[in-house]
Amino acid sequence: MKHFTAHVTVTLRRAILDVQGKTVEHALHSLHMPGLQHVRIGKHVEMSVQAADADHARELVERACQQLLANPVMEDVAITITEGFEGDHV
Amino acid sequence: MKVGVVTFPGSNCDADARYAAQLAGGTVVSLWHKDTSIPADLDLVILPGGFSYGDYLRTGAIARFSPIMAEVVNFAAAGGLVIGICNGFQILCEAGLLPGALTRNHNLQFICKDVLLRTENTSTPFTSSIQPGTTLRIPIAHGEGCYVASPEVIQELEDSNRVVFRYVGDNPNGSMNAIAGIVNASGNVLGMMPHPERAAESILGSSDGMSIFSSIALHLGDTLCSA
Repeated sequence: MKHFTAHVTVTLRRAILDVQGKTVEHALHSLHMPGLQHVRIGKHVEMSVQAADADHARELVERACQQLLANPVMEDVAITITEGFEGDHV
Repeated sequence: MKVGVVTFPGSNCDADARYAAQLAGGTVVSLWHKDTSIPADLDLVILPGGFSYGDYLRTGAIARFSPIMAEVVNFAAAGGLVIGICNGFQILCEAGLLPGALTRNHNLQFICKDVLLRTENTSTPFTSSIQPGTTLRIPIAHGEGCYVASPEVIQELEDSNRVVFRYVGDNPNGSMNAIAGIVNASGNVLGMMPHPERAAESILGSSDGMSIFSSIALHLGDTLCSA
């Protein structure tokens, strides 16, 4: 078994208006940064994964996303898997 | 009617739901989220409002894995009546008993106020005693009540008359098609964001919510009489 770190980004699907993102975008524009657009706000989930290899690690995390971490009705996920631990966890 | 009201960690409308069910003549039993069985003679299970599991991850996302939920799924599959109110609606969607999902209100605010609802379908067990087109005044209290679903699901809900309640006038949370409550395909599972149990007596400002509880009692009475 190897150790991996998974980073999961959960965002609202494009078809669903991201009101938080819209509000932050308006605030950025009022700070005179009109070049910043299409702001989308999501959730970041980080976890360590024990698996035989990176493919199995991804498979496990994909299952976690399907069953719990995201709601496919309204959310999309992006997963990155890296080998080893990242940083110390308390 | 015999009614079971589930309490999850973070439920806060369970006592009100029990009270309203009793007012409608129901015998009420309390169910706990860790229960692995529900009484065989129950007619109705209520998933009450609140903030189960602190709304962690997503509203209702953790509660759907409570041991009691497997029993609620079986109960619904066997034709038992289930109502999810507010957080209960969110749990029913997460559990897959109802389609779609509930996300942040369009104005990003927690909204607590009376709203007007049009009863779009009066042939469900939950609305059978309500006159078609009746407008009910029932409070909402939620931060995540914006109903969303794919265009296909919305179309199916509309075509099959499964939108039971719709916000009239102001759409408070931005729900698609101003949807406030829906039933499943079999018509025995209702999810609604407004709180009928908070409109159970005129001293509370409105007794319109009682029409839902009394509809159920009537429906069950009819069933008993015709059996």
